Order: sequence, then C-alpha cells, then structure tokens
Amino acid sequence: MMISRPERSTITTLSMPSLPDHVRIQFDPIRQAWAVLSPERVFWPNDVSLDILRHCDGQTTVAAIITALAGEYDAPEEDVAADVLDFLQEWNDKLLVKS
Amino acid sequence: MTAPLFPPISMLAELTHRCPLQCPYCSNPVELMKANSELDTKTWLDLFRQAADLGVLQVHLSGGEPTLRRDLEELVDGLAMRGVYTNLITAGVLIPPGRIHALAEAGLDHVQLSIQGAHADTTELIGHYRGAYEQKLETARRVRAAGLPLTVNAPIHRHNIEQVPEFIELALALGAERLEIANVQYSGWALVNRDALMPDREAVDRQVEIVTAAQERLRGIMNIDFVTPDYFATYPKPCMGGWARDAFVVVPDGTVLPCHAAQTIRSLSFARFGEHSLGDIWANSSAFNAFRGTDWMQEPCRSCERREIDWGGCRCQAMAIAGDAAATDPACIKSPIHARMAMLIEDAQTAAREHKGDEFVYRRITHAREPV
Repeated sequence: MMISRPERSTITTLSMPSLPDHVRIQFDPIRQAWAVLSPERVFWPNDVSLDILRHCDGQTTVAAIITALAGEYDAPEEDVAADVLDFLQEWNDKLLVKS
Repeated sequence: MTAPLFPPISMLAELTHRCPLQCPYCSNPVELMKANSELDTKTWLDLFRQAADLGVLQVHLSGGEPTLRRDLEELVDGLAMRGVYTNLITAGVLIPPGRIHALAEAGLDHVQLSIQGAHADTTELIGHYRGAYEQKLETARRVRAAGLPLTVNAPIHRHNIEQVPEFIELALALGAERLEIANVQYSGWALVNRDALMPDREAVDRQVEIVTAAQERLRGIMNIDFVTPDYFATYPKPCMGGWARDAFVVVPDGTVLPCHAAQTIRSLSFARFGEHSLGDIWANSSAFNAFRGTDWMQEPCRSCERREIDWGGCRCQAMAIAGDAAATDPACIKSPIHARMAMLIEDAQTAAREHKGDEFVYRRITHAREPV
C-alpha cells in the first residue's frame, strides 16, 4: 500500500515561514546567548540568523522579511535576499523552520 | 588539570532500571538496580533544578522504561517550569490511554520511541515481549495525536539490518520527523551478546548505501540520524561529544556518570547526588576529570590532528577491548590493536555459523557476568 507523504517545501519569496511548536528560541542566562532548542539538538545561531528567525511568525512573507532586514542592516535587498533564502531553505531542510 | 570547564548542555536521566522489555543490547549495566534504590520525586526535582542552574538545556528522560515512574508528569513539569527541553525515551508498551496526553500537558517537548524490528515478530523476539509491536504503533499514534514530535529509534544488529528500508517506510507512515538508525554499541548487555548481534560486513555496506540514499531523498521531510557501527569504522565516534565536555548521565540511585557505561571502568569511583551537589560533581569529581580534555591522552591520540574531533573515542570501548581506559579507542585505524576489531567480527560470524547466533542472554534483574 502506498501512502501519501509530505513533500519537501521550497522556500520562495511568497513563503510565510514559522518555527514549529517544538522548536523554540530561548535566552540562556548561563552562556549569555540565544539558543534554539529542538528535538535532541541545541543550536547557537549568530546575530544575523537570529534576526531572520525572529521575523518568522507565519504571517510575514519572505519578501517582507527581506525588505525589513535590508532596512535594519542598511543593505541592498538583492544581497539580503540570497542570504535569507539560503538560510531559510537550510533550516527548512533540517525541519527547524516550516512554511 | 588545564582543560577548560564548560557548563553541561544535556543530561540523560535514567529514572529507573525497571522495563517490560528484555532487549539483549540494553545500554543499562549488566548489574541492574532494583526499584527500592531509585531516587524519590523530591530528589529528582532538586537535581533537575541544580542541572538547570548549571546550564543544562535538554534532559532526556530514560530508563529502563521511564513511564513506569508514576511521578513522571511531575518531573516533566519541574523541568518545563525552568525552560528545560524535555525528551521522553520510551519503549512504548504498557502506557495507559491518556498518559501521553497528560505528559504533553505537563510540558513534554518530544518523544523518542524505540522499535526493535520493522516486523512484529522481530520486535517480539528482541524485546521478548508479546504484542510489543502493536502497542508501540499505538503509542506512536498517541504521540502524534497529542501534537508532539516523534523520533523513531531503531537499534540495528544482525537480526534486523536487512529491515532498514522498512524501518524508513514505517517511520514515515508513523509521521516521525526523525529516525535514528542506531547500530548497537557493544557495551553492557550488548557486549554479553556480541556474537549473537554482530552483523556481517556486506550487510553493513548495504546499510550505509541505503541510509545515505534515503537521507538525500528525504531531505526536508524526515531527518535520518545514522549511528554507524564502531567495529566497522575507520575513526571512532566522539563519544558523549567528549568525556565530561557537555553532557552527563544520572542513574536511578543518583550516581552521576560521564557516560552510561562508565561504571565498566573499575578504576574510577563515582559520586552520588545528595552526598555532593551536581555542580561539585561536574567540576571536581575525579571520574569526570579523569578523561576531560586532552591532557590524559597517550600516543597516538596525544599528537593526533583529530584529538579534538573525536576526543580519543569511547573510553569504555578502550577498556573493554584494549584493557586500558586511557588507550586509543580500538575503533580508530591508528590504534595499535585496530585489527582486533576485524577479528572480533570474524569470531562473531564463526559463532553464528555454529548456530549460536540466536541464543540471547536477555536483559533481566538476575546475575549475569560481563565477558572478560
């Protein structure tokens, strides 16, 4: 019997990414750093990655996230776009971001 | 002692050694503890508070079978209140309806469910428990119905290595987001049963191809973690991520260990929680400092460019095979006795041909001896 199965998502500028319920960003007072807690793994994202993740609320498109970050960093949108899309696709593939 | 001391990130809490299953590769020690030596609820909660204060971010609630502890919801709640990520490691049998839901309500974050075979008969043979397979599938459904993420843990050995493709299909069908294809590590009960469990080289090679292809095919759908078989390896695993580097284990009576098999190193002595604080044990106990960092290493580890990649490998495997806990893990190609691993594989195949392969010493609270 073949069963229907989920497919890998491709992140585009129209995606509205969010963190799954069981993935959470948490400040660790011992190490004075932000940690991402997930099943059996802890990640320590850098400042840029954290800024991307903080915009992943499930209601904001990747295009809007790129515009917002380009403003915050005073950087060209096309440079920011490539970094954001690559990062979100990587985290999508690790099942740490859904869209 | 010049190794830098980091705060621990994760802790394995073996709440009990009681378990309905009798898997012949259980990672618990051969000398199992009885229920009357287990820490009480208040002591575990105190230990968890101290762990969070030390910097522990993830706690793996294991056993034995942790759901046999009636206070499990209370323990999960204590950890969740401190923001600690909780992972239940369960065999998934004898769990009454409603319990998984109650654990989720208490703040449980994730469930890792062991399945011994992709078929019912293999699961029953390995766990020595009738009806285990159906109960495990039901537990998986309840985990998903409670909205919890699921990892399927498949311990791999000669009797199920050909079922790896079916394990992958099963995990997908159960809605797992992670699958651990975990080749059995030969310590504890698995060392007793090594000849009955060791796969042959051709099966291992096929397994590597199947898992590698599935990891690529299922990228973004299901994560497959592959715990490779040490005896067939070129380099050792960084066991525990390095001895006393960022993780530790607490066994049912509160003894704190750098790894779950550390008590097989008879020259070490281990402190118990209650007699010492967790912070004191982590920083100062002789067992934790015995192999922390790289100062303890002998050659060829001492001058090896991989010494901070694999941290010398597994101390317990060095003890079991080289007879010296400070030796290079024999799984490493640079170990002077690396060839002994191939001989042990060959010995196991010979024993299997002589029809000794299906005779397990099942895990029970009775007397069994570690092989010398």
